[in-house]
Amino acid sequence: MAWLDYFRRRPRPGTADLAKDRLAIIVAREGRSKSTAAYLPQLRQELLQVLAKYEKIDLDQVTVNVESQGEIEVLELNVVLSDPTNVRRQGTAARHAPFFSEVKPETVAPSA
Amino acid sequence: MGAAGAPESTPSEDNILAKVVVVTSGKGGVGKTTTSANLAAGLASMGYRTVAIDFDVGLRNLDLVMGCERRVVYDLINVIRGEATLRQAAIKDKRLENLFILPASQTRDKDALSRIGVEGVIEGLKKAGFEYIICDSPAGIEHGAHMAMYYADHAFVVTNAEVSSVRDSDRILGLLDAKTHRAEKGLDPVKTHLLLTRYNPTRVAKGEMLSHKDVIELLGIDFIGAIPESHQVLQSSNAGVPIILDPSNDAAQAYIDVVNRFLGQERPQRFLDAPKRGFFSRMFGAGEAPVAAAG
Repeated sequence: MAWLDYFRRRPRPGTADLAKDRLAIIVAREGRSKSTAAYLPQLRQELLQVLAKYEKIDLDQVTVNVESQGEIEVLELNVVLSDPTNVRRQGTAARHAPFFSEVKPETVAPSA
Repeated sequence: MGAAGAPESTPSEDNILAKVVVVTSGKGGVGKTTTSANLAAGLASMGYRTVAIDFDVGLRNLDLVMGCERRVVYDLINVIRGEATLRQAAIKDKRLENLFILPASQTRDKDALSRIGVEGVIEGLKKAGFEYIICDSPAGIEHGAHMAMYYADHAFVVTNAEVSSVRDSDRILGLLDAKTHRAEKGLDPVKTHLLLTRYNPTRVAKGEMLSHKDVIELLGIDFIGAIPESHQVLQSSNAGVPIILDPSNDAAQAYIDVVNRFLGQERPQRFLDAPKRGFFSRMFGAGEAPVAAAG
Protein backbone atom coordinates (compact mmCIF):
# COMPACT_ATOMS: atom_id res chain seq x y z
CA MET A 1 0.00 0.00 0.00
CA ALA A 2 2.67 2.43 -0.98
CA TRP A 3 0.20 5.01 -2.13
CA LEU A 4 -1.02 5.40 1.43
CA ASP A 5 2.38 6.75 2.36
CA TYR A 6 1.51 9.75 0.32
CA PHE A 7 -1.05 10.72 2.91
CA ARG A 8 1.03 9.75 5.90
CA ARG A 9 4.01 11.85 5.02
CA ARG A 10 2.00 14.88 4.19
CA PRO A 11 3.44 17.14 6.88
CA ARG A 12 6.98 16.25 5.89
CA PRO A 13 8.59 18.99 3.87
CA GLY A 14 10.22 18.29 0.52
CA THR A 15 13.88 18.73 -0.19
CA ALA A 16 13.72 22.52 -0.29
CA ASP A 17 14.50 22.79 3.42
CA LEU A 18 17.45 20.50 2.99
CA ALA A 19 18.71 22.68 0.15
CA LYS A 20 18.33 25.74 2.31
CA ASP A 21 20.22 24.22 5.22
CA ARG A 22 23.06 23.12 2.98
CA LEU A 23 23.25 26.50 1.33
CA ALA A 24 23.20 28.33 4.65
CA ILE A 25 26.36 26.50 5.60
CA ILE A 26 28.02 27.11 2.25
CA VAL A 27 27.11 30.77 2.17
CA ALA A 28 28.40 31.28 5.70
CA ARG A 29 31.62 29.41 4.97
CA GLU A 30 32.66 30.63 1.57
CA GLY A 31 30.42 33.52 0.79
CA ARG A 32 30.86 37.19 1.34
CA SER A 33 31.96 37.65 4.87
CA LYS A 34 30.74 41.24 5.00
CA SER A 35 30.79 42.56 8.53
CA THR A 36 29.83 39.21 9.96
CA ALA A 37 32.92 37.74 11.46
CA ALA A 38 35.36 36.12 9.10
CA TYR A 39 36.27 33.74 11.89
CA LEU A 40 32.97 31.88 11.61
CA PRO A 41 34.21 29.13 9.30
CA GLN A 42 37.16 28.52 11.55
CA LEU A 43 35.04 28.61 14.66
CA ARG A 44 32.71 26.08 13.12
CA GLN A 45 35.52 23.78 12.21
CA GLU A 46 37.19 23.98 15.58
CA LEU A 47 33.91 23.34 17.35
CA LEU A 48 33.46 20.23 15.28
CA GLN A 49 36.99 19.10 16.04
CA VAL A 50 36.45 19.52 19.74
CA LEU A 51 33.13 17.71 19.62
CA ALA A 52 34.66 14.90 17.64
CA LYS A 53 37.27 14.43 20.37
CA TYR A 54 34.70 13.62 23.02
CA GLU A 55 31.76 12.24 21.17
CA LYS A 56 31.47 10.04 18.16
CA ILE A 57 29.36 12.32 16.10
CA ASP A 58 27.89 11.88 12.70
CA LEU A 59 28.68 14.97 10.73
CA ASP A 60 25.53 14.44 8.74
CA GLN A 61 23.70 15.11 11.98
CA VAL A 62 25.45 18.38 12.64
CA THR A 63 23.82 21.51 11.39
CA VAL A 64 25.31 24.93 11.70
CA ASN A 65 23.20 27.95 10.92
CA VAL A 66 23.93 31.59 11.06
CA GLU A 67 20.87 33.75 11.22
CA SER A 68 20.58 37.44 11.55
CA GLN A 69 17.68 38.76 13.55
CA GLY A 70 17.86 42.47 13.14
CA GLU A 71 21.13 43.56 14.68
CA ILE A 72 21.80 40.23 16.30
CA GLU A 73 23.62 37.35 14.66
CA VAL A 74 22.69 33.96 15.99
CA LEU A 75 25.03 31.04 15.55
CA GLU A 76 22.97 27.92 15.93
CA LEU A 77 24.75 24.62 16.32
CA ASN A 78 22.71 21.44 16.38
CA VAL A 79 24.48 18.20 17.17
CA VAL A 80 22.69 14.89 17.28
CA LEU A 81 24.73 12.47 19.35
CA SER A 82 24.75 9.19 17.55
CA ASP A 83 23.48 5.99 19.03
CA PRO A 84 26.59 4.02 20.16
CA THR A 85 25.12 0.83 18.70
CA ASN A 86 24.79 2.40 15.31
CA VAL A 87 28.15 1.41 13.86
CA ARG A 88 27.23 2.25 10.29
CA ARG A 89 26.53 5.81 11.23
CA GLN A 90 30.00 6.25 12.65
CA GLY A 91 31.36 5.00 9.38
CA THR A 92 29.53 7.78 7.64
CA ALA A 93 31.08 10.30 9.96
CA ALA A 94 34.56 9.06 9.23
CA ARG A 95 33.94 9.24 5.54
CA HIS A 96 32.75 12.81 5.72
CA ALA A 97 35.31 14.06 8.17
CA PRO A 98 37.95 15.09 5.58
CA PHE A 99 35.40 17.26 3.86
CA PHE A 100 35.44 19.66 6.74
CA SER A 101 39.16 19.75 7.24
CA GLU A 102 40.14 20.06 3.59
CA VAL A 103 38.20 23.23 2.95
CA LYS A 104 40.56 25.59 4.68
CA PRO A 105 43.85 23.84 5.33
CA GLU A 106 45.37 26.93 6.87
CA THR A 107 42.76 26.93 9.60
CA VAL A 108 43.70 23.49 10.93
CA ALA A 109 44.90 23.96 14.46
CA PRO A 110 48.71 24.03 14.47
CA SER A 111 48.81 22.46 17.93
CA ALA A 112 47.43 19.20 16.58
CA MET B 1 26.30 65.52 -15.95
CA GLY B 2 25.49 64.56 -19.51
CA ALA B 3 22.08 66.21 -19.57
CA ALA B 4 22.94 68.19 -22.66
CA GLY B 5 22.90 65.14 -24.87
CA ALA B 6 19.71 63.68 -23.45
CA PRO B 7 16.92 63.31 -25.96
CA GLU B 8 13.64 65.12 -25.59
CA SER B 9 11.74 61.89 -25.16
CA THR B 10 13.15 61.54 -21.67
CA PRO B 11 10.11 60.81 -19.54
CA SER B 12 11.77 61.40 -16.22
CA GLU B 13 13.31 64.50 -14.80
CA ASP B 14 15.66 62.89 -12.28
CA ASN B 15 17.61 61.05 -14.93
CA ILE B 16 20.58 63.27 -15.25
CA LEU B 17 23.10 60.52 -14.99
CA ALA B 18 23.02 57.42 -17.12
CA LYS B 19 22.81 54.21 -15.16
CA VAL B 20 24.92 51.19 -15.91
CA VAL B 21 23.18 47.93 -15.05
CA VAL B 22 24.90 44.57 -15.15
CA VAL B 23 22.86 41.41 -15.49
CA THR B 24 24.93 38.69 -13.92
CA SER B 25 24.64 35.34 -12.16
CA GLY B 26 27.82 33.33 -12.11
CA LYS B 27 25.99 30.22 -13.21
CA GLY B 28 25.17 29.74 -16.86
CA GLY B 29 21.75 29.08 -18.27
CA VAL B 30 19.77 30.79 -15.55
CA GLY B 31 18.33 33.55 -17.75
CA LYS B 32 20.83 36.39 -17.92
CA THR B 33 20.43 37.07 -21.61
CA THR B 34 16.65 36.73 -21.47
CA THR B 35 16.62 39.16 -18.56
CA SER B 36 18.95 41.60 -20.31
CA ALA B 37 16.77 41.58 -23.40
CA ASN B 38 13.58 42.10 -21.44
CA LEU B 39 14.99 44.69 -19.09
CA ALA B 40 16.34 46.66 -22.05
CA ALA B 41 13.15 46.29 -24.07
CA GLY B 42 11.04 47.18 -21.04
CA LEU B 43 13.00 50.34 -20.26
CA ALA B 44 13.01 51.34 -23.91
CA SER B 45 9.28 50.78 -24.26
CA MET B 46 8.77 53.15 -21.34
CA GLY B 47 10.62 55.81 -23.23
CA TYR B 48 14.14 55.55 -21.86
CA ARG B 49 17.04 55.59 -24.26
CA THR B 50 18.51 52.17 -23.62
CA VAL B 51 21.38 50.15 -24.98
CA ALA B 52 22.12 46.52 -24.23
CA ILE B 53 25.73 45.39 -24.50
CA ASP B 54 26.60 41.72 -24.94
CA PHE B 55 29.80 41.04 -22.98
CA ASP B 56 29.92 37.37 -23.85
CA VAL B 57 32.89 37.71 -26.17
CA GLY B 58 33.20 34.63 -28.31
CA LEU B 59 29.65 33.48 -27.67
CA ARG B 60 27.39 36.15 -29.05
CA ASN B 61 23.76 35.53 -28.11
CA LEU B 62 21.97 38.69 -27.13
CA ASP B 63 21.50 39.66 -30.78
CA LEU B 64 19.74 36.36 -31.39
CA VAL B 65 17.42 36.68 -28.42
CA MET B 66 16.60 40.24 -29.47
CA GLY B 67 16.12 39.28 -33.08
CA CYS B 68 18.76 41.45 -34.73
CA GLU B 69 21.39 38.83 -35.55
CA ARG B 70 21.19 39.48 -39.27
CA ARG B 71 22.02 43.12 -38.87
CA VAL B 72 25.27 42.71 -36.97
CA VAL B 73 28.10 44.37 -38.85
CA TYR B 74 30.43 45.62 -36.14
CA ASP B 75 30.69 44.56 -32.53
CA LEU B 76 31.95 45.62 -29.13
CA ILE B 77 35.53 44.60 -29.82
CA ASN B 78 35.56 46.51 -33.11
CA VAL B 79 34.59 49.62 -31.17
CA ILE B 80 37.22 49.03 -28.49
CA ARG B 81 39.89 48.57 -31.14
CA GLY B 82 38.78 51.70 -32.93
CA GLU B 83 37.74 49.78 -36.04
CA ALA B 84 34.20 51.09 -35.82
CA THR B 85 32.39 53.91 -34.06
CA LEU B 86 29.63 53.33 -31.53
CA ARG B 87 27.18 54.78 -34.00
CA GLN B 88 28.20 52.19 -36.58
CA ALA B 89 28.20 49.25 -34.20
CA ALA B 90 25.05 49.86 -32.16
CA ILE B 91 22.08 48.24 -33.85
CA LYS B 92 18.81 50.09 -33.63
CA ASP B 93 15.93 47.85 -32.67
CA LYS B 94 13.21 47.70 -35.32
CA ARG B 95 10.36 47.61 -32.83
CA LEU B 96 11.39 50.11 -30.21
CA GLU B 97 12.69 53.51 -31.11
CA ASN B 98 14.76 53.92 -27.96
CA LEU B 99 16.43 50.53 -27.98
CA PHE B 100 19.91 49.72 -29.25
CA ILE B 101 22.01 46.59 -29.11
CA LEU B 102 25.78 46.43 -29.07
CA PRO B 103 26.62 42.85 -29.96
CA ALA B 104 29.52 40.76 -28.71
CA SER B 105 32.31 39.82 -30.99
CA GLN B 106 32.78 36.24 -32.02
CA THR B 107 36.52 36.53 -31.85
CA ARG B 108 38.27 34.31 -29.37
CA ASP B 109 40.55 37.09 -28.35
CA LYS B 110 39.05 37.92 -24.98
CA ASP B 111 41.97 40.09 -23.96
CA ALA B 112 40.68 42.63 -26.43
CA LEU B 113 38.03 43.39 -23.83
CA SER B 114 40.22 45.78 -21.87
CA ARG B 115 39.08 47.82 -18.93
CA ILE B 116 40.05 51.05 -20.62
CA GLY B 117 38.26 49.95 -23.75
CA VAL B 118 35.10 49.16 -21.81
CA GLU B 119 35.31 52.48 -20.01
CA GLY B 120 35.57 54.25 -23.36
CA VAL B 121 32.51 52.46 -24.69
CA ILE B 122 30.43 53.23 -21.62
CA GLU B 123 31.49 56.87 -21.55
CA GLY B 124 30.72 57.12 -25.25
CA LEU B 125 27.25 55.68 -24.74
CA LYS B 126 26.58 58.09 -21.87
CA LYS B 127 27.64 61.00 -24.04
CA ALA B 128 25.38 59.74 -26.79
CA GLY B 129 22.46 60.30 -24.42
CA PHE B 130 21.68 56.77 -23.31
CA GLU B 131 19.97 56.64 -19.97
CA TYR B 132 20.28 52.94 -19.28
CA ILE B 133 23.24 50.82 -20.30
CA ILE B 134 22.47 47.15 -19.77
CA CYS B 135 25.52 44.90 -19.60
CA ASP B 136 24.74 41.25 -20.30
CA SER B 137 27.44 39.35 -18.45
CA PRO B 138 28.85 36.03 -19.57
CA ALA B 139 28.56 33.11 -17.16
CA GLY B 140 31.45 32.33 -14.88
CA ILE B 141 33.70 34.63 -12.90
CA GLU B 142 36.37 35.16 -15.54
CA HIS B 143 37.52 38.28 -17.32
CA GLY B 144 34.33 38.89 -19.32
CA ALA B 145 32.17 38.76 -16.21
CA HIS B 146 34.53 41.16 -14.43
CA MET B 147 34.42 43.60 -17.31
CA ALA B 148 30.62 43.44 -17.51
CA MET B 149 30.24 44.34 -13.83
CA TYR B 150 33.16 46.70 -13.44
CA TYR B 151 31.41 49.99 -14.20
CA ALA B 152 27.99 48.94 -12.92
CA ASP B 153 25.79 51.12 -10.76
CA HIS B 154 23.16 48.41 -10.42
CA ALA B 155 23.38 44.65 -10.64
CA PHE B 156 20.60 42.24 -11.40
CA VAL B 157 21.66 38.98 -9.84
CA VAL B 158 19.71 36.42 -11.81
CA THR B 159 19.16 33.31 -9.75
CA ASN B 160 17.23 30.08 -10.02
CA ALA B 161 15.83 28.66 -6.79
CA GLU B 162 18.32 25.85 -6.89
CA VAL B 163 21.47 25.10 -4.89
CA SER B 164 24.20 25.67 -7.47
CA SER B 165 22.67 28.86 -8.77
CA VAL B 166 22.28 30.32 -5.28
CA ARG B 167 25.85 29.45 -4.40
CA ASP B 168 27.16 31.03 -7.60
CA SER B 169 25.07 34.13 -7.00
CA ASP B 170 26.67 34.42 -3.60
CA ARG B 171 30.10 34.31 -5.21
CA ILE B 172 29.08 36.97 -7.70
CA LEU B 173 27.80 39.17 -4.89
CA GLY B 174 31.22 38.86 -3.30
CA LEU B 175 32.80 40.10 -6.51
CA LEU B 176 30.32 42.95 -6.81
CA ASP B 177 31.33 43.98 -3.30
CA ALA B 178 35.03 43.96 -4.09
CA LYS B 179 35.95 44.03 -7.76
CA THR B 180 34.06 46.90 -9.25
CA HIS B 181 34.91 50.49 -9.97
CA ARG B 182 32.62 51.56 -7.15
CA ALA B 183 34.29 49.23 -4.67
CA GLU B 184 37.79 50.16 -5.70
CA LYS B 185 37.12 53.89 -5.58
CA GLY B 186 35.26 53.66 -2.27
CA LEU B 187 32.02 54.95 -3.79
CA ASP B 188 28.58 53.75 -2.78
CA PRO B 189 28.43 50.03 -3.45
CA VAL B 190 26.76 48.61 -6.54
CA LYS B 191 23.01 48.33 -5.86
CA THR B 192 22.14 44.67 -6.09
CA HIS B 193 18.74 43.28 -7.02
CA LEU B 194 17.82 39.65 -6.69
CA LEU B 195 15.79 38.38 -9.63
CA LEU B 196 14.49 34.85 -9.41
CA THR B 197 13.87 33.24 -12.76
CA ARG B 198 12.26 29.95 -13.70
CA TYR B 199 10.36 30.21 -10.46
CA ASN B 200 7.79 27.51 -9.96
CA PRO B 201 5.39 28.39 -7.11
CA THR B 202 3.68 25.02 -7.32
CA ARG B 203 6.91 23.21 -6.58
CA VAL B 204 7.71 25.74 -3.88
CA ALA B 205 4.36 25.00 -2.23
CA LYS B 206 5.20 21.31 -2.29
CA GLY B 207 8.51 21.98 -0.61
CA GLU B 208 10.41 20.82 -3.66
CA MET B 209 11.92 24.15 -4.55
CA LEU B 210 13.53 26.85 -2.45
CA SER B 211 11.07 29.64 -1.87
CA HIS B 212 11.77 33.24 -2.71
CA LYS B 213 12.00 33.89 1.03
CA ASP B 214 14.65 31.21 1.40
CA VAL B 215 16.78 32.70 -1.36
CA ILE B 216 16.33 36.24 -0.05
CA GLU B 217 17.42 35.09 3.39
CA LEU B 218 20.42 33.21 2.03
CA LEU B 219 21.68 35.97 -0.23
CA GLY B 220 20.55 38.90 1.89
CA ILE B 221 19.92 41.38 -0.92
CA ASP B 222 16.98 43.37 -2.20
CA PHE B 223 14.39 41.23 -3.98
CA ILE B 224 13.10 42.75 -7.18
CA GLY B 225 10.84 39.95 -8.32
CA ALA B 226 10.37 36.45 -9.62
CA ILE B 227 9.76 35.42 -13.20
CA PRO B 228 7.55 32.36 -13.25
CA GLU B 229 8.71 29.38 -15.24
CA SER B 230 6.99 29.65 -18.57
CA HIS B 231 7.13 27.88 -21.88
CA GLN B 232 6.57 31.28 -23.46
CA VAL B 233 10.13 32.29 -22.64
CA LEU B 234 11.48 29.71 -25.07
CA GLN B 235 8.91 30.68 -27.65
CA SER B 236 9.97 34.29 -27.45
CA SER B 237 13.66 33.53 -27.84
CA ASN B 238 12.79 31.25 -30.76
CA ALA B 239 11.15 34.21 -32.39
CA GLY B 240 13.76 36.76 -31.33
CA VAL B 241 11.13 38.92 -29.67
CA PRO B 242 11.65 39.82 -26.00
CA ILE B 243 8.73 38.34 -24.10
CA ILE B 244 7.95 41.66 -22.45
CA LEU B 245 6.65 42.90 -25.82
CA ASP B 246 3.83 40.34 -25.67
CA PRO B 247 2.23 41.18 -22.33
CA SER B 248 -0.39 38.44 -22.59
CA ASN B 249 1.51 35.98 -20.43
CA ASP B 250 2.70 35.78 -16.84
CA ALA B 251 6.42 35.92 -17.57
CA ALA B 252 5.96 39.14 -19.54
CA GLN B 253 3.83 40.63 -16.78
CA ALA B 254 6.46 39.64 -14.23
CA TYR B 255 9.17 41.37 -16.26
CA ILE B 256 6.99 44.47 -16.62
CA ASP B 257 6.60 44.53 -12.83
CA VAL B 258 10.34 44.13 -12.38
CA VAL B 259 11.12 47.02 -14.72
CA ASN B 260 8.63 49.22 -12.88
CA ARG B 261 10.07 48.29 -9.51
CA PHE B 262 13.51 49.05 -10.83
CA LEU B 263 12.23 52.48 -11.81
CA GLY B 264 11.14 52.98 -8.23
CA GLN B 265 7.45 52.18 -8.44
CA GLU B 266 5.57 50.03 -5.99
CA ARG B 267 4.26 46.87 -7.58
CA PRO B 268 2.80 44.06 -5.49
CA GLN B 269 4.38 40.66 -6.07
CA ARG B 270 2.02 38.65 -8.23
CA PHE B 271 3.73 35.41 -9.18
CA LEU B 272 4.90 33.93 -5.94
CA ASP B 273 1.89 31.78 -5.11
CA ALA B 274 0.84 28.57 -6.71
CA PRO B 275 -2.42 28.84 -8.59
CA LYS B 276 -5.23 27.40 -6.52
CA ARG B 277 -6.06 23.96 -7.80
CA GLY B 278 -8.66 22.80 -5.36
CA PHE B 279 -8.48 19.46 -3.62
CA PHE B 280 -5.06 18.23 -4.66
CA SER B 281 -3.07 21.34 -4.00
CA ARG B 282 -4.77 21.67 -0.64
CA MET B 283 -3.98 18.06 0.19
CA PHE B 284 -0.34 17.98 -0.84
CA GLY B 285 0.77 21.51 -1.41
CA ALA B 286 -0.21 24.63 0.36
CA GLY B 287 0.94 23.84 3.87
CA GLU B 288 1.77 27.42 4.58
CA ALA B 289 -0.20 30.55 4.42
CA PRO B 290 -0.19 32.49 1.17
CA VAL B 291 2.99 34.43 0.74
CA ALA B 292 2.64 38.12 1.21
CA ALA B 293 4.32 40.57 -1.08
CA ALA B 294 7.98 40.83 -0.26
CA GLY B 295 9.37 44.26 0.32
